[in-house]
Amino acid sequence: MKEYQTITEISGPLVFAEVDEPIGYDEIVEIETPGGETKRGQVLESSEGLVAIQVFEGTDGIDRASSVRFLGETMKMPVTEDLLGRVLDGSGNPIDGGPNIVPDERRDIVGAAINPYSREYPEEFIQTGVSAIDGMNTLVRGQKLPIFSGSGLPHNELALQIARQATVPEEDDASEGDGGSEFAVIFGAMGITAEEANEFMEDFERTGALERSVVFMNLADDPAVERTVTPRLALTTAEYLAFDKGYHVLVILTDMTNYCEALREIGAAREEVPGRRGYPGYMYTDLAQLYERAGRIEGRDGSVTQIPILTMPGDDDTHPIPDLTGYITEGQIYVDRDLESQGVEPPIYVLPSLSRLMDDGIGEGLTRGDHADVSDQLYAAYAEGEDLRDLVNIVGREALSERDNRFLDFAERFEDEFVNQGYETDRSIEETLGIGWELLSTLPAEELHRIDEEFIAEYYLEDETEAAAVEAE
Amino acid sequence: MSQATATEDVREDGVIRSVSGPVVTATGLNARMNDVVYVGEEGLMGEVIEIEGDVTTIQVYEETSDVAPGEPVENTGAPLSVDLGPGMLYSIYDGVQRPLDELERRMNSAFLDRGVDAPGIDLEKTWEFTPTVEEGDEVAPGDVVGEVPETESITHRVMVPPDYEGGEVVAVEEGSFTVEETVVELDSGEAVTMHQEWPVREARPALDKKTPRTPLVSGQRILDGLFPIAKGGTAAIPGPFGSGKTVTQHSLAKWADADIVVYVGCGERGNEMTEVIEDFPELEDPQTGKPLMARTCLIANTSNMPVAARESCIYTGITIAEYFRDMGYDVALMADSTSRWAEAMREISSRLEEMPGEEGYPAYLSARLAEFYERAGRFDLINGDEGSISVIGAVSPPGGDFSEPVTQNTLRIVKTFWALDADLAERRHFPAINWNESYSLYRTQLDPWYREEVAEDYPEIRQWGIDVLDEESELQEIVQLVGKDALPEDQQLTLEVARYLREAWLQQNAFHDVDTYCEPTKTYRMLQAIKTFNDEAFDALDAGVPVEEIQDIDAAPRLNRMGTAEEYEEFIGELESDLTEQLRELY
Ligand SMILES: Nc1ncnc2c1ncn2[C@@H]1O[C@H](COP(=O)(O)OP(=O)(O)O)[C@@H](O)[C@H]1O
Ligand SMILES: [Mg+2]
Repeated sequence: MKEYQTITEISGPLVFAEVDEPIGYDEIVEIETPGGETKRGQVLESSEGLVAIQVFEGTDGIDRASSVRFLGETMKMPVTEDLLGRVLDGSGNPIDGGPNIVPDERRDIVGAAINPYSREYPEEFIQTGVSAIDGMNTLVRGQKLPIFSGSGLPHNELALQIARQATVPEEDDASEGDGGSEFAVIFGAMGITAEEANEFMEDFERTGALERSVVFMNLADDPAVERTVTPRLALTTAEYLAFDKGYHVLVILTDMTNYCEALREIGAAREEVPGRRGYPGYMYTDLAQLYERAGRIEGRDGSVTQIPILTMPGDDDTHPIPDLTGYITEGQIYVDRDLESQGVEPPIYVLPSLSRLMDDGIGEGLTRGDHADVSDQLYAAYAEGEDLRDLVNIVGREALSERDNRFLDFAERFEDEFVNQGYETDRSIEETLGIGWELLSTLPAEELHRIDEEFIAEYYLEDETEAAAVEAE
Repeated sequence: MSQATATEDVREDGVIRSVSGPVVTATGLNARMNDVVYVGEEGLMGEVIEIEGDVTTIQVYEETSDVAPGEPVENTGAPLSVDLGPGMLYSIYDGVQRPLDELERRMNSAFLDRGVDAPGIDLEKTWEFTPTVEEGDEVAPGDVVGEVPETESITHRVMVPPDYEGGEVVAVEEGSFTVEETVVELDSGEAVTMHQEWPVREARPALDKKTPRTPLVSGQRILDGLFPIAKGGTAAIPGPFGSGKTVTQHSLAKWADADIVVYVGCGERGNEMTEVIEDFPELEDPQTGKPLMARTCLIANTSNMPVAARESCIYTGITIAEYFRDMGYDVALMADSTSRWAEAMREISSRLEEMPGEEGYPAYLSARLAEFYERAGRFDLINGDEGSISVIGAVSPPGGDFSEPVTQNTLRIVKTFWALDADLAERRHFPAINWNESYSLYRTQLDPWYREEVAEDYPEIRQWGIDVLDEESELQEIVQLVGKDALPEDQQLTLEVARYLREAWLQQNAFHDVDTYCEPTKTYRMLQAIKTFNDEAFDALDAGVPVEEIQDIDAAPRLNRMGTAEEYEEFIGELESDLTEQLRELY
């Protein structure tokens, strides 16, 4: 391997070096500083005689006398089932003091696209035990469903609750140890604080989840550019465990906002023409190459389910990070500041939330026949109640009709009883739908026109509606 | 070039000079613009997009990791083309027409590998060819010379390629042939096979464009009822994420009364294409009763597939559509999403360091969009027949803001605008098409068809519905300030009627077995039922019945069940008489 001491320019996270042999695009580079430190990077552009290198660990300490080695291959992740239970840094090196990792295989971290023809449509219901998700924004195996949150909101609590409680009801019934697929969690942290990281680690240890987890940690004080690598290492590991070893893998990536900031930083250093709000024009493609690595493949047992977490700058969902994410993922769960300040736990705002894969994952034989109708009706009724809140502020409750008052009451109870369940409560889908019916029954049956008459006959609770009528008078 | 045949042109190979993502430059390559080249040791497929002196710039349709300067570049000497012939229906292609099932087989993997190629149509498979010409007949370019039963619902018409001279038929075959075997010979020396090739960036020739006068019936009430698109028309459906672009496009692909559907998934989700592949073979075309897939060709270049192939997938799709149009068919092309196509252009353009226009898009964005939609229309064909292409493009504006360049440039061209609305989607009012903002410029020219085929008074009753909805929007502004009960009774009643228009008529559940498709007569009858309620209710009001009593009649909420009613004629007939009876009983 040839060593060069030919650095011509250092700019932000980028290093330019002259070479006298052809260097492959995306190839891995090692740079040794005069201080004896070795940093890794990747070829961003290769032309005859000159390459541009993006340095993962930051360029500080690099000078023109540093030596550059090209490793002749693209970035790889060593994969093995033994990774389960291990904690690695953002570049994939163990930091838990455990034994060296002996890989089965070293895989390219960029990951080839799944052939759409080879995919299997995800439709297995995952019960998270969270009513606002199971009842109205159902998660299925192989889905990518992000949490849209804001800084300081309890998105981590929610993600942990999902990771703790997630089960596939039918399989539990079918007895343990039937040789069926096991569940694994991959946690990819990008630029989160040590405190947040501890929150996750403590929960993993407390619940014993760590044994079936692989943790990748890039913390706030770790190099920003490394963040572009961390999720790729995590997803390469996830694909291996899912599609080679048959695990059902849940990947939690947090915080995607920090990932995107790192992309922006690299773009700026390359003096690229910036896209919206300074983020690179190719950010959609880049994010898609991460998010689309969720799914199921025909003929394989395992699955990759993704829950990326992002904090929306200024709580603004038109910001490019949530916007591009929402265009790629299969729905989104909104964590809301107002609900949080009302004390709702978890503060999920269902109206803008969505699970695009819900329709095929629920219903007779999967969850329950009335599920889709109940969900639709809860949405419509809550939206109507929400609208009336504005009006009631102006004209007062007395000026509203009895019908309107019932919808207002419904919205209150929906937040208090359906959504606000606490982080430790694990509800079955039956319980969730039961609460749904209890609330819907406070409305007159004729108003429930999203629900099939047959289900109204079966589940509607006459007592509730009488009580509500008295209340609303 | 297409992968089926190699050309005999002189080739001159070059060497890679630089690699940056999908953009590669080469020297020593004697190529023309848009020539297809094979890049590097692995032979990755690419297209020439810029020539400057000895330096040729290439966009590569596959990942370029590990490709290095000094590796060879081989020129095919032919532009990016598609293979046209029997076998395209039931198929799913990537953006450069490589069949995805065949790629899975050849790569022996569920993941897309590089450097593997496959022809767009099966070159070995034999088809039953029945000639429609005899020896001695004169044939011209575009003329049909025979037929092949391609699928259970579609007869493939084999044509003299448009770039042939034509002449007298000197030999005709009948029976089983591969697409490369000659089935008709002409005295010009030209041999007609079942296989044509056509460069994707060039429109296939046709004669005049005519005013479209037949609707593309979609089975969607808000579209057929209020904002129809014509066969040969253009429509845009912009909206933020989650507002219903894809579900609407899928509904159109399923239920529109086109002969052929070309569905282009451009830079969107993998699972959405999988859904189509899994569902369509199971679903029946309401016109023919045959599997929907039998009339469908899919192009899937999802968001994680190479960006250069995303740029070309739109052209691949429209060229295939034109080929079926040339057979005299009515073709509908859905592109989800044209914004991803525009972004692919932007991404390539910025790598070329071209001068950016608005929001970084290249200055030629609007020209490209216009060229694409121009390829839609109802055409007189060169063989004297008639065919049409309707194009429906989804647009994904950043932040849901319609003032951005792709939406704005598209709206300047298309004649139908279906504006999706996040607010409606949040309250699960689907399709979330905003009835105040949307429009169709085809409405008037399609009215004669509606009068003839559906009901004589169709345009009038539609106008009634529009007027009520307009009045509602005005009244809503007052309600926001004072509450509904403060309005006079007649206005309260109007609000009630408008509510039924919205909830019972405009809303339509794409996932309900019955509601997903609504034939125009049902659309009309449902509207009529609401009008019956309206007319009878106002009579009752005039007779002094309080509005609460009118609203409370038993039959009224049943209006909301019309959409899902299986035997709708019976259901609506009964409902109308109950409504009338119950309202008249009040006075
Ligand atoms: N006509 C419809 N009927 C029922 N649900 C719909 C309809 N249109 C959209 N939806 C719902 O909205 C979600 C998002 O729609 P989609 O078409 O995927 O949005 P977009 O493509 O604009 O992001 C769907 O998953 C579905 O739940
Ligand atoms: Mg979509």
